[in-house]
Amino acid sequence: MDLAGYRRRRLVDLAVRGACVAATLVAVVPLVLILGYIVVKGGAALSPAFFLELPKPAGETGAGMANAIVGTLTLVGLACAFGVPLGVFAGIYLAEFGDNWLGTVIRFCSDVMAGVPSIVSGLFVYALVVVPMGRNSAIAGGLALAMLMLPTVTRTTEELLKLVPNALREAALALGVPEWRTTLWVVLRTAAPGIATGVVLAVARVTGETAPLLFTSLNNNGWADGIDQPTASLTVQIYQYAGSPFEDQQAQAWAAALVLVVVVLVLNISARILVRHRVAGAR
Amino acid sequence: MEADDDKRYKVRAIDLHAWFGTSHSLKGITMDLVDRHVTAIIGPSGCGKSTFIRCLNRMHEVVSGARAEGTVLLDGENIYASGIDAVLVRRRVGMVFQKPNPFPTMTIRDNVLAGLKLNGLRTRDPDALVERCLRQSALWEEVKEQLHKSGASLSGGQQQRLCIARTLALEPEVILMDEPCSALDPIATAKIEELIHELRGKYTIAIVTHSMQQAARVSDFTAFFYLGELIEYGDTDSIFTKPSNPRTEDYLTGRFG
Ligand SMILES: Nc1ncnc2c1ncn2[C@@H]1O[C@H](COP(=O)(O)OP(=O)(O)O)[C@@H](O)[C@H]1O
Ligand SMILES: [Mg+2]
Repeated sequence: MDLAGYRRRRLVDLAVRGACVAATLVAVVPLVLILGYIVVKGGAALSPAFFLELPKPAGETGAGMANAIVGTLTLVGLACAFGVPLGVFAGIYLAEFGDNWLGTVIRFCSDVMAGVPSIVSGLFVYALVVVPMGRNSAIAGGLALAMLMLPTVTRTTEELLKLVPNALREAALALGVPEWRTTLWVVLRTAAPGIATGVVLAVARVTGETAPLLFTSLNNNGWADGIDQPTASLTVQIYQYAGSPFEDQQAQAWAAALVLVVVVLVLNISARILVRHRVAGAR
Repeated sequence: MEADDDKRYKVRAIDLHAWFGTSHSLKGITMDLVDRHVTAIIGPSGCGKSTFIRCLNRMHEVVSGARAEGTVLLDGENIYASGIDAVLVRRRVGMVFQKPNPFPTMTIRDNVLAGLKLNGLRTRDPDALVERCLRQSALWEEVKEQLHKSGASLSGGQQQRLCIARTLALEPEVILMDEPCSALDPIATAKIEELIHELRGKYTIAIVTHSMQQAARVSDFTAFFYLGELIEYGDTDSIFTKPSNPRTEDYLTGRFG
C-alpha cells in the first residue's frame, strides 16, 4: 500500500540491526582477544613442572605453582565451608519466615554486601581475624571470600525456595511431616540443584579474586603448614609475578592466568549443566 | 448414648468456624463422618468445602493468616484441644489434593514410602509395604516394572493414585479427598471412583466433589454446603431424591452453582 513508508521502515530496521551487530562485535572481540592471548602466552609456559613444583628463585628452571594451585583450592574450599551453610540457612530463613521487618533488614544488608568492593571485605577480615591472630592465614582468606559468596548464596537460595510449589510443602505436611523436616527434605531438596548452580557461580566468582586475599591469606613461597598459615594462591601469585622484572616469572604468571581461566570456565559450564538437569528433572 | 455415637461417628465437627485473615469462611459447621463410610461434600465454588476438610486434619492453619475455632472430635478426642500435636493428627487423617502432587525428586517407590521416610519412621519390610499400598490404590500392575522411575513420569491419573498410595502407607484412619478427580480424564476418574469403593469399609472417607454424579456413585452420605454453612446433610439417596431444603434442590437441579 504505502510503499515509501514500507521502504523507510525496512531501512530503519536494517540500520538498527546493523548497529546491534556492530555493538556485539565490539563487545565480543576484546573477550576473544584476551582469551586468545592468554592461551598463547600461558600455553607456552605451561609444563608438568608448573603443576608439580614449587616456586623457585628467578633464573632457576623447573619452577611451578603447585602450592598456589593447592592454596586456591584450599581457600575456595574454606570459603564454601563458611559461606554455603550460612548462606543457605539465611536463604531458608528469608524464604520461610522472612515476611517481617527482620527479613527486610537481612535482605537489605545482603544486597548492600553484594555491592561491597571485594578489597573492603579483605580489610574487614584483616581487622577482625588477621590482627588478633597475629598472622595471615588461609582461614582469613577463606572468610574474606566467604563474605563475597554470602549474598549470592543467600539470595539464590531464597529465590529458589520460593519457586518450589506450595503443593509439595502441603503434600509433606499432610503426611504428618513436621515443618522443619518438610523444609529440609522436601523444599530444600527440590530446590537443591538450583542452589548448587548458584553456589558454583559464586565459587567461580571468588576463585578469581585477588584483592581480598592480599591482606588475608597473603602469599607463601612454599607449602603452607596448615590453614592457620599464610597461603599461596594463583591470583596473588599472578599479581606478584606479573610485576616481576624476570621474564620466566612473567611467563609463569601467564600460565597461572590460563589455569585460572580454565577453572572458572569449567565451573561456569558445570553450573549450566546443573541448570539443564534441573529443568529436565522438573518435567 | 454419647459413647455409642462416638463409636458410630469417626469424626465429629461441632460448631466449627474458620477464617482467612478477617474473612469468615466457615460459619459454625456441625457434622459427623460415619465410621468406615464415604461422605461426599458438595456445593458451589467458594462455599467452604476445601476449608472444611482441611480443618479436619489441621491443614487449614498452615495457610498464613488462617485460623480455626470450634471442636473436631476424632474418636471422641478434640484435635483442637491444647496439647494436641497437629503433626500426629495428620498421620491419622490423610489427605489427597485436587492436583496430583507426587514428590518430583523421588522415585515411585520412595513416593509411597515418603510419609515414613520423611518422618524418620522405619518399617520392617518396605518392599512389601510398597506393593501392598500400590495394589490397594490399583496402580501396582501399571508401575511394578518401573518403581525406580521418577513419580513425575506418570500420567495425571497414575500420579493421583500414587498420592493415594502414599497416604495409605501411613495407615490412616480417615482419608480426606479434595476434588481428587477434577484434574483427571474420565477413565482415570472411573479408576479413582472404583478405588474409593474398594477403600470403603476400611477407611472413613470424606470426598469433596463438583460432580453430582460422582457424589451419587461413590458416597453413602452427602453434605451440601452453601456460603460457609451446612445446608443439608443426610444419606445420599434421600438427598438426591427428596432434598428437604429448597436451596439443595436448586443446586441439584442446576438452577445455580
Ligand atoms: N488461601 C486463601 N486465602 C484467603 N481466602 C481464601 C483462601 N482459600 C479460600 N479462601 C476463601 O474461603 C472461602 C472458601 O473457600 P474454599 O473452602 O476453598 O471453597 P471450595 O473448596 O468450596 O470451593 C472462599 O470464599 C475463598 O475465597
Ligand atoms: Mg475447593
